[in-house]
Amino acid sequence: MLDPFYSLLIEPFAAFGFMRRAMVAALALTISGTPLGVLLMLRRMGLMGDTLSHAVLPGVATGFIIGGLSLFWMSLGGMVAGIAVVLLAGALARGTALREDMTLAALFVIALAIGVSLVARVGSPADLLHVLFGSLLAVDDHSLLLIAGVSSVTVLALMVGWRAFALDTFDPGFLAAQSRSAGFWYYAILTLVVLNLVAAYQAVGTMMAVGMMIVPAAAARFWSQELAGVTTAAAVIGALAAYGGLLISFHLDLPSGPSVILGAGAVFLVSAVVGPVGGLARRMIRRPHLTG
Amino acid sequence: MNATRPVAVRLSDVTLAYDRHPAVHHVSGAFAPGALNAVVGPNGAGKTTLLRAIAGELALQEGRIDRDGLSRHDIAYLPQQATLDRSFPINVLDVVVQGAYRRIGLFTCVRRETIAEAERAIDAVGLSGFEDRPLSTLSAGQFQRTLFARVLLQDARLILLDEPFNAIDARTTADLMELMRRWRGEHRTVIAVLHDLDLVRSGFDEALLLARSAVAWGPPVEALAAQNQLRARAMSESWDPDADLCHGAA
Repeated sequence: MLDPFYSLLIEPFAAFGFMRRAMVAALALTISGTPLGVLLMLRRMGLMGDTLSHAVLPGVATGFIIGGLSLFWMSLGGMVAGIAVVLLAGALARGTALREDMTLAALFVIALAIGVSLVARVGSPADLLHVLFGSLLAVDDHSLLLIAGVSSVTVLALMVGWRAFALDTFDPGFLAAQSRSAGFWYYAILTLVVLNLVAAYQAVGTMMAVGMMIVPAAAARFWSQELAGVTTAAAVIGALAAYGGLLISFHLDLPSGPSVILGAGAVFLVSAVVGPVGGLARRMIRRPHLTG
Repeated sequence: MNATRPVAVRLSDVTLAYDRHPAVHHVSGAFAPGALNAVVGPNGAGKTTLLRAIAGELALQEGRIDRDGLSRHDIAYLPQQATLDRSFPINVLDVVVQGAYRRIGLFTCVRRETIAEAERAIDAVGLSGFEDRPLSTLSAGQFQRTLFARVLLQDARLILLDEPFNAIDARTTADLMELMRRWRGEHRTVIAVLHDLDLVRSGFDEALLLARSAVAWGPPVEALAAQNQLRARAMSESWDPDADLCHGAA
């Protein structure tokens, strides 16, 4: 088979195991991460992903200090630190007069400062780069299992709780009046976000992990007026971005994590222009009006 | 559900405060069961605060609210509309079905009867044909009709409405008032915060004129008499930073 399409689009995955692993990891993260991104977007908490991705960093660094370059310790540290920030953010947002956007902005910078300090204290700049940018092409068995596990747990949780997740996002006051469980869902969403970020950080890095959640969701918003449509579109866009990004990374010898995000970014920009729901072209092109 | 006995809501010496400054001060009395009750008063009189307390959202500083044994989850409470994100990707039918949350719960499928019930509610508020319309395409009046349809599905014996007719035109107001009269016919207790005094006089059974304390409470024409309104208007809007401790009671 010397078909150029085959060598361009399929051969990298057929020939190289690390590409197949990277694809599986990226798809699993996409399927569980994009619905979370949609929920964050609709809660106007798009930056919460950023905050939590940086909140994970000091935990990962602490895990590194305790256990060295161990997946278990670094992931555990990341989860503990991330969930601690979730609880802190929730308590500050609900218990004080400060608005949520400022709470998140403050926590984000504080967490980043602690994380960078810790990494600088104990590791070389190369380690820091690894944590920040990850390497999708070096996903080993253990991290693949972690990603698959987190992805499965997330998808199950979303399936079971989707109605509450959606209702708590649309009208939290209504859910609170209807059900005792109302306070729980905010923390549940953010805890799932933390789990996904921790699973993703060594594949695509903490900075890019959040991009795989948020960018497909932002792009999907231009394609549907229904929650189910937006969520499906986000997953499809994320999967396409994972595939396209890995190919670009392979052929042009670019880092894999950023390539996947750039793939999603390209879909986002195209969607913003041609998307049928509030896209630029729809608004720019004047069309004759209807009778009613 | 047709309530066998209408719900009575009684206030005993209710005081609600923000940072110890009372927004509702020593109010006692009872709302008429199975009737349309209006709460009126100037801005800052504590109307919304009182409604939220009845809904169980606010802790009381002092006193007691007797909800006739209803838990807060059995109450339909429609807050002022500004708080919802109307660009949320959802259609009218899905919003209305939310009203059945208590019956459906988290994990079971929405049954065909519930969908049919939601469609009847959409019809009752005059929105037939709007089932699949995205929320973002609705006018303020259509949006309020949608929220009323959701209240219909809640099938609650106590219904709290906070300024339901703000920025709503005369026709929509008339339609929704008709719906509220139907609720009265079904022995549901309605408590609504309103600013349109003519509407209160013509359409409501009881009115509470609130200006932090209860200025008057009774049949609307008497409660809204000129001298009562003058007294309500005399209420100072600002609180006194050096106010003394209150030792009074109703």
